[in-house]
Amino acid sequence: MTRNPVLQVISKIMIPVILLFASYVQFHGDFGPGGGFQAGVLFAAAFILFGVVFGIESVVKVLPQGVLRFFIASGVLIYGATGFVTLYKGGDFLDYNVLSSHGPSGQHIGILVVELGVGITVASVVIAIFIAFAERD
Amino acid sequence: MATIEQLAIFQITIPLIVAPLVFLLKNGNRAWFLTLVTSVAMMWVASQLLVHVLSVGEFVTQIGGWAAPWGIEYRVDTVNAFVLLIVSGMSSIVLMFARQSVNQEIESNKRSLFYTSWLLCLTGLLGVTITGDAFNVFVFLEISSLSSYVLIAMGRDRRALTSSFQYLVMGTIGATFILIGIGFLFIVTGTLNMADISERLSDTSQTRTVRTAFAFIIVGIGLKLAMFPLHLWLPNAYAYAPSVASAFLAATATKVALYMLLRFIYTVFGFEFSFDLPLSETLVILSSAAILVGSVVAIFQDNLKRLLAYSSVAQIGYMLLGVSLATQAGLSAALLHVFNHAVIKGGLFLVLGCFVFRFGTASLKLLSGKGTQMPWTFAAFIAGGLSLIGVPLTTGFVSKWQLVTAALDIGWWPVALVVLAGSILAIVYVWRAVEVLYFRPVSDDSQIVKEAPLELLLPTWLLIGANIYFGINTELSIGVADVAAHWLMTGTR
Repeated sequence: MTRNPVLQVISKIMIPVILLFASYVQFHGDFGPGGGFQAGVLFAAAFILFGVVFGIESVVKVLPQGVLRFFIASGVLIYGATGFVTLYKGGDFLDYNVLSSHGPSGQHIGILVVELGVGITVASVVIAIFIAFAERD
Repeated sequence: MATIEQLAIFQITIPLIVAPLVFLLKNGNRAWFLTLVTSVAMMWVASQLLVHVLSVGEFVTQIGGWAAPWGIEYRVDTVNAFVLLIVSGMSSIVLMFARQSVNQEIESNKRSLFYTSWLLCLTGLLGVTITGDAFNVFVFLEISSLSSYVLIAMGRDRRALTSSFQYLVMGTIGATFILIGIGFLFIVTGTLNMADISERLSDTSQTRTVRTAFAFIIVGIGLKLAMFPLHLWLPNAYAYAPSVASAFLAATATKVALYMLLRFIYTVFGFEFSFDLPLSETLVILSSAAILVGSVVAIFQDNLKRLLAYSSVAQIGYMLLGVSLATQAGLSAALLHVFNHAVIKGGLFLVLGCFVFRFGTASLKLLSGKGTQMPWTFAAFIAGGLSLIGVPLTTGFVSKWQLVTAALDIGWWPVALVVLAGSILAIVYVWRAVEVLYFRPVSDDSQIVKEAPLELLLPTWLLIGANIYFGINTELSIGVADVAAHWLMTGTR
């Protein structure tokens, strides 16, 4: 990709906005439309734009393979661990009610944590797929 | 101490949560150890579940605190506890074998990924088996399928990639058909819970939508099951996958698909509805063709793994033949053969794993005369081969005996002849392999090898020994299969 200054400046403005919007979709997902999957893809889109404009090596510098692997796994672990916490607290698997003394706010905490796990894994998997294809000669 | 309901949850969630942990490990041997420990623990859980359902009876556990028709429930009864034990047990034994074989066949940076896929595949297979929710079946089926495509694609041969892709295409079509079928059922009944669907279907079952759903689901499962003539993905997938992946998938994946078939026929649609349609006639023709064609094609293979793969197509035919009889005895024979065939094929694929470990190939031409160099492995091949043929004192004989008796009970003597013909063809292909391996002159004597290491021989002989043990002491296998078949036929509903 040629180093086009116009694209670089515009992307530098756009990327923080995309990341912010992704976070909004992530954390506002329990009130409005959104959630982990959509937010994860948006988050990854920022990195993909970064990679397309500034070169794939810059993405790899920010997110080396080891870090990416850690994020891919940690999302699933967060999801699963939530389930085990609810089991430990005496509820069913992923029964969010037991997470708080007040049932509905337990649901609130549960869905937030679980969707965060989904978001992390989706974002890092999409980035990993992008890197895997882009790095091929 | 965990309650039995929690154990049912652990059966799925522990391999699921260990998979990302294994993914984080760089060292292949540590990843292997963690996978093995998890798998053995799951075998223990499955045996606890089976003991519980045999002594106390079926039970239900819900996920997320949502009661059944809305939430997902896991429903454990004799049938799926039996399948759970087969799947987790076979996974454990093959994993004992896996370390050295994987170290040789798979590059070091991919080993922990291999074990991650293994655990995800195990999660999916156990999940399909334990769940009582029709849509959840599809989700777990996709988990197990996607990870099994990865397992197959890791084979050393580059053809592994194309065969994995072929399996991906066929498998996805199958899964889509199943999903369409479940969608139709959802339209008609408004529920996804299997027990609930079957209750509501009793009023509306004679509609075209339900029959279409039935057809889609049977064909979809047929693809996953490698039911003749939908078996075309299977020989390549098994032939080019890493040795341990072939053993694992051959022993578990098609068994779980057969379980799904039974679950949909008996529990969801119900016996009367299913066998009012020409299911019995279709299955008996297809499965007879599978036995004959699969065995004949197996004779002409010059790769031992492909030979066993085609023999698997034939053996799946025996299971479907049992189902097609539509009697309790036939069903029991099918379930018994699910177990016996897992032990036979798992054992034989491990034997090939030993050969591949020493010679780097499963090609008959290159292995000619090499059987003499590995006497214990070769003896295991003969013992497994005898069981495949169905010689008395082996599990293969017990299966075929039960099947033939069940067929003669309702006077279907041509079926008995098909089984007999299948056995004769099995003699031909097993003997052909034995002849090439033992009696042919060695093609090139450049390579003299030692017997396979004990770490590989022990699990192999464990399965081959189980072949003989369950061929003589049939109390456990036939006992459980009978109870399970009775449960499916009469049910609680």
